[in-house]
Amino acid sequence: MRGVHPPERKDLAERAPIEVLPTPAEVRIALLQHLGAPCEAVHKPRTDVALGDVVGEAKGFVSAPVHASISGTTGRMSVATLPNGRHVAVVPIRAAEEQPLSDRALFDDVLGGEWPTAGLEQCEPEQIVDAVREAGLVGLGGAAFPTHVKLTRNEDRPIRTLLINGCECEPYLTADYALMMEAPKPIVAGALLAQRAAGASEVIICTEDNKREAAESLRQAAEGTGIEVRVLKTKYPQGGEKQLTVAVLGREVPTGGLPLDIGAVVLNVGTAAATARAVMRGKPLTHRVLTVSGAGIRQAKNLLVPVGASYRDVVDCCGGLIPEAARFVAGGPMMGFTIGSLDVPVTKGASGLTVLTQAEVRKAEETTCVRCGRCVDVCPLNLVPTKIAMASKANDMELAQRHHITACMECGCCAYVCPASIPLVQLIRLGKVRLPKG
Amino acid sequence: MAEGKAEKPDAAATAESKQEAPAVRVAPSPHISKTALTTRWMMSDVLVGLAPVVAMAVVLFRWYAVVQIGLCVLTCLVAETLFCWMRRRPTSIDDGSAVVTGAILGLSLPWSAPWHIAVIGSVVAIGLGKAVFGGLGYNIFNPAMVGRAFVMLSFARELGASAYVTDRSQLDVVTQATPLTIAKKVAADLAAGAITVGDAQVQMESTRQLWPLFLGNVNGSLGETSALAVLIGGLYLCLRRSASWEIPAGVILSGLVLAGAADRLGLTAFTALHHVVSGSLLFGAFFIATDPVTSPLTARGKFLFGLGVGVLLVLLRVFSGYPEGVMFAVLLMNATTPLLNRWTIPRPVGGPAPQPEKA
Repeated sequence: MRGVHPPERKDLAERAPIEVLPTPAEVRIALLQHLGAPCEAVHKPRTDVALGDVVGEAKGFVSAPVHASISGTTGRMSVATLPNGRHVAVVPIRAAEEQPLSDRALFDDVLGGEWPTAGLEQCEPEQIVDAVREAGLVGLGGAAFPTHVKLTRNEDRPIRTLLINGCECEPYLTADYALMMEAPKPIVAGALLAQRAAGASEVIICTEDNKREAAESLRQAAEGTGIEVRVLKTKYPQGGEKQLTVAVLGREVPTGGLPLDIGAVVLNVGTAAATARAVMRGKPLTHRVLTVSGAGIRQAKNLLVPVGASYRDVVDCCGGLIPEAARFVAGGPMMGFTIGSLDVPVTKGASGLTVLTQAEVRKAEETTCVRCGRCVDVCPLNLVPTKIAMASKANDMELAQRHHITACMECGCCAYVCPASIPLVQLIRLGKVRLPKG
Repeated sequence: MAEGKAEKPDAAATAESKQEAPAVRVAPSPHISKTALTTRWMMSDVLVGLAPVVAMAVVLFRWYAVVQIGLCVLTCLVAETLFCWMRRRPTSIDDGSAVVTGAILGLSLPWSAPWHIAVIGSVVAIGLGKAVFGGLGYNIFNPAMVGRAFVMLSFARELGASAYVTDRSQLDVVTQATPLTIAKKVAADLAAGAITVGDAQVQMESTRQLWPLFLGNVNGSLGETSALAVLIGGLYLCLRRSASWEIPAGVILSGLVLAGAADRLGLTAFTALHHVVSGSLLFGAFFIATDPVTSPLTARGKFLFGLGVGVLLVLLRVFSGYPEGVMFAVLLMNATTPLLNRWTIPRPVGGPAPQPEKA
C-alpha cells in the first residue's frame, strides 16, 4: 500500500511524561464537539456545576452529551470558532476556588489505579453502551464520531473484529504513544469492554513499528486477555480507518461506507481508555491527552487537559511560543486545521497542537502540473489526485466524479509530494463543495 | 480570523501577541511539504540520467557531439526566453525543461546534421512543441520529437540514412551504415529477390555481433548507439522515480515480442534482441517516451503507453520507408495519452462510490 514518510518529529515530545495541566481559570465547553446533532445547554448562566456534571444534553441518537471538565460557575453562552471552521455555541465555566481533583490525583482518577481485566462478564452489553453514551464518548482520534453508535449491536451487520488504533501516524503527535506507555491497562480494559458491547470475536490493538516500546507495554498489559497486539509498518496514513482494515484484515471498507460494513469497528486507544473509565468508574469524558509540539513551542509536552481549556492555557503551560512561531495547527501537520488565534477551546477530538515556524511552512510558488504522477503513486486510496484537483478547479464536476472525488479522505499525501506545490487537497475540497447536491 | 482577534488584555499576553499576530496565517492542510522536491529538481535528475549517454556520445563522435548537443541546448534556452517574452510571461528557463528538451533533441540527431538543422529543430521544439500549447505542462506532444519530426521531414536528405555515413572522417564508426539501415536494406533486397539468403548472411555479418551494439561502437544518432550508457542512465531515472519504469518495460516487452514475430516471419533481418539494442529503442524507451507531461498518469496507462510505443516502432521499422520508428511511435502514442488516462482510471480502495451513474 501507498503513503508517504514525512519527517516524524516525534522525538520532540516522545519522552515527555503525561503532565497535568493546572486547572485553567475558565473553560469553554463547546456544544458540538462530535459528528452529529449539537447538544442543548441544560443550565442557566450563573449555575454552579461540579466536575462531571452534564452541561449539554445529547439530541438524537448520533450525538453525545458534554460535561463540565472543572468545577465552577457557568457563564453566558457565546460562540466560538472551532479549528474545523464551525461556529459553535459554547458554555463558559469559571473555575471555583476549590477543585475536587488536580495534579496527580486527577491523573490517577483518569488513567491511574487498577483496571481489572477479569470478571467483566458481569457487565451486560447494553449497560456498557449506556455508560459510554452517558459519558459523552466520541472517537478521540480526531473524527469524534459518537462511540456508542459504533458499539451498538445490529443484527444485520454483526461485528467480528474490534481494532484498537494506536498507529498515530501524524508527525509530531505522541499523545497516543504516551498513553500506551503510561496507561496501557485502561486501554486493555476498555478494549475488552468494547468487545463485550459489540460482540466482537477478536480484538487487535494496532501500532506502528516506530512505537515498539508502546507495543511491548500493551503486550504486557494484555497478557492472558486474548487481545492481540499487532505492529504495522510506519507510514502515513497507516492509522486511517481504511488503511488499517486493509493492513490488518486485508479487507477494504467500501467507499462511502463504514468499517462496520466489513464487520469491523475501529476505536482509538484513547477512546478505549475512556470507555474503561466510563464503565468501571462511571466518569464522563472530561479530560484527554493532548500533544503540544513543534519547533515553535518552547517545551514540547504531552498534557492531560480538561475539555474546553483554551489552547492559550495549553501553550502557556509549555513555556510559551518562540518568536518565529508562525502557524498553530490543531492536530498534526498533515491533516490538522490551522487556528488563527490561541483562544480556541480544546475539544474532545483534539489530539494535539503543532506550532510550526515560518521556515517550516514556507511554500514554494505554485507552478503548472507536469503530470509527473507522484500524487498518483502515493495516494493511499488509489486515486488520481491531480485529475480531481484540476477538474474541481475547472468546475468540471462530471470529470471529478469519474475520478471518484468523493472517495478522497484529504490525507494530504498528494500535496505533500507535489513538485509543483499545487494545493491539491484544497482544490479537491473545493470540488466536494461544488458537487451537485443529492 | 488570522489577525483580527482581540487578545487578552494582560501585559504579558499583549506583548506576546504583538510578536505572534502578524506572522500567524491560517492555511489548508497539509502544512508541511517535501520541499526538496521541485520540478527543477526533477529536470536536473533527468540531466544526471542523460550524463552517461552524453559521455558516450562524446567518446564516439568527439566534437561533433559536443557541438550538436551544445547548439541544441543553447538554442532551446534562447527560444524559451524568446517565446516567454513574446507571451509576456515571466521567463521559465530556470525550470530546466528547455535544457532537457535541447539535450534530447541533440542526442537524437545524427553527428552530421548541419548547424541550421539543430537550430531550426530546437526553435520548433520549444515553439511548436511547447509554447503554442501554453508552456511546460500543457503540451500534448513531446517537444523534442516535434522538433525532430519537423527537421526530419523538412531536410530529408541531410537527415536520411546516407547522411550518417562518410569515408572522410577519422572516426571509425561513421564509415559504416547504421545497423538498422543495413538490416532494412538486406530485408528489402531479400524480399525483392535481388539477393540470395547466402548474400544476406554475408551482408549481415558486420552487425551480427550483439556486443558492439550493446556497447555502442556503431554508427547512429548521437545518443542511441550505446545500449549500455542508456541502460545506466535510464535505470538511474527509474530508481529515482524521475521516470516511470512501466513505460520502458512496456516498450521493451512489446518490442521484443513483435520483433521476434517479425523475425520468425522473415520480415526483418534482425533478431528480437538485435532490434532492442540497436537504434534508439532503448533511448526512446527510457528518455523520450517517459516525458511525464506527454505520457499517461496511471500505472496501467503508462504500461499500455509503453506497449503501444514498442508495437508502433517495430511496425514502422519493418513496414515503413524509414529504418527507425521511435520518433513517430512516441508522437502517435502521445496523442493517445488523454484517452489512456481516461480508460485507466484506477479503482479506488473500497471500490467506486455508490452513486447514480449518468449514461
